Amino acid sequence: MSKNKFNRYFNLRRYLNIKILIYVILIGVGYAYLYPMLYMISTSFMSAEDLINPTIRWLPVHPSLRNFRLAFDVLEVTKTFFNSVYLSLVPAILQTLSTAIIAYGLARFEFPLKKIFFVLVLLTFLIPTQTTLVTKYILFSRLKIAGTSLASFLPALFGQGIKSTIFILLYYNFFSMLPRALDEAAEMDGATQIQIFWKIMLPLSIPAIVTTFIFSLVWYWNETLLSGLLVGNTLKTLPLALRDFVAKYAEMFPSQIGNSTNRLNEGIRMAATLITILPLLITYLFLQRQFIESIEKAGITGE
Amino acid sequence: MKGLIIMKIKTKKAFLGYLFFSPWIIGFIIFTAYPFFYSLYLSFFNVRFKSTGIDSTFVGLKHYIYAFRGDLTFPLALTDTLTNIILSVPLILIFSLIIAILLNSQIKARAFFRLLYFLPVVIISGPVVSELVSNNAARIVDPGKYFIYKFFTTLPDRISFPFLYMFDNLVLILWFSGVQIIFFLAGLQKINSSIYEAAKIDGANSWIIFWKITLPLIRPFILVNAIYTIMELASFANNSINGVITMHMFDIDKPYSYSSALSWIYFISIAIIIAITYLLLKERRKV
Repeated sequence: MSKNKFNRYFNLRRYLNIKILIYVILIGVGYAYLYPMLYMISTSFMSAEDLINPTIRWLPVHPSLRNFRLAFDVLEVTKTFFNSVYLSLVPAILQTLSTAIIAYGLARFEFPLKKIFFVLVLLTFLIPTQTTLVTKYILFSRLKIAGTSLASFLPALFGQGIKSTIFILLYYNFFSMLPRALDEAAEMDGATQIQIFWKIMLPLSIPAIVTTFIFSLVWYWNETLLSGLLVGNTLKTLPLALRDFVAKYAEMFPSQIGNSTNRLNEGIRMAATLITILPLLITYLFLQRQFIESIEKAGITGE
Repeated sequence: MKGLIIMKIKTKKAFLGYLFFSPWIIGFIIFTAYPFFYSLYLSFFNVRFKSTGIDSTFVGLKHYIYAFRGDLTFPLALTDTLTNIILSVPLILIFSLIIAILLNSQIKARAFFRLLYFLPVVIISGPVVSELVSNNAARIVDPGKYFIYKFFTTLPDRISFPFLYMFDNLVLILWFSGVQIIFFLAGLQKINSSIYEAAKIDGANSWIIFWKITLPLIRPFILVNAIYTIMELASFANNSINGVITMHMFDIDKPYSYSSALSWIYFISIAIIIAITYLLLKERRKV
């Protein structure tokens, strides 16, 4: 009997040890995840003296907002922030709507060549942005929309926006799960298919709509490869301003020999980075549940 | 008569299906297929802009050959980008699967950890990553201080390279794993817990359960995650290949054509990587 007791005690200890090990790993990994963020926050508040002082690692002794003021001016936040909002909000809305319409066609109707189209939708995901970058530039120049926001809006409107395949699949799975009886009942009552889509299906798809919208928003906000070439010169977004930060800084504050007060240091650069991601961080904190649960529910491997 | 009505309804439905789907067809032709194939077409030509119009002459594979024989920067940028992808993808997959399994065990604060691990997905962008890297914010520890890192540096380059790569890019590998962790977690939660219980009753330990049950059942998720990761890394704004492709866009004697050839070489390389991944990870039929 005592042996039995010992065994149970031993098992419990082993169980606890594994638990502790799991927590240690998760916290350790969490630290590695957060490290760049913590470093960014602490460095961005450091004055030039603190930065060169090797004894200061995390907490600034002379915290100052000077880095932020400089970064704010160099990034031209008042202008680039609104460009960013404009160039991510509008395409996100367009993409959310267009991929819903497209996926609805795929999920609820039978039409010739549907399978082939479905495969094509999947295959478009496998084309790296770079492959069509050059010819998209030529195309948009010929259409006279290079450098205007239309170069970003039109592909989104026609279901060719950033990672639209993922959103089409997401809606496809969602619409496929909605019961057929719904449209049949509505058809009996004389509703047209467009009414059914607009008045019945869309209101039922709020979770899919929210997911698509927030991810589309974030991905459009962070996109710099395509937008840098197609719209970046006229409508500079916040991430693009960050990309050109060093050059812009040198232009605004030509370095003078012997004058170190305005020299670019990592404090200023980290402040600029923090300013760039701050809108995203705030969005994430407010919508964290939608972000994470949506991926769990998306079930893209349905097929 | 009845058959005719059914036919009519069917055609009407098909028409409506096309109506809903048509934006994609239009968009696909204009914004995806045209740039994609036009880029292939251009890569075989020399283009000149003249006052009379555009003059293009067929040059065959000249640009493709030049890319490897004559260009000094392109082969380096290509190998650099492809090596990054080939090394990062398995690391990201293994790492995110481990984290997902740990998160799937009965622990408290799971929501908190998920929140933490997913954060980079929201903030990651080319310029942000390059700022973090160039200001040493992504280097969590100076790996040079550690014995194991030094041990690997003494080994021949070819053996030590992947390990040193892993140490140097640890934070970035973590940062690219957010979506994959959540996706694996969703897959793990779909596995019916009674399978585990049955296995335990039959005397299987956690190690066996992982290899015999979890891994086979999660396999489709691994494939999807692998393809997602490859494309995510391939299109990332910081790849050294992007600069080479855009740099040649306005070359005086061959505007656009040479860049197009480079972008097609890149596309083919990525397609090969995807194909190999697919062959490795696709579900095998049991004999």
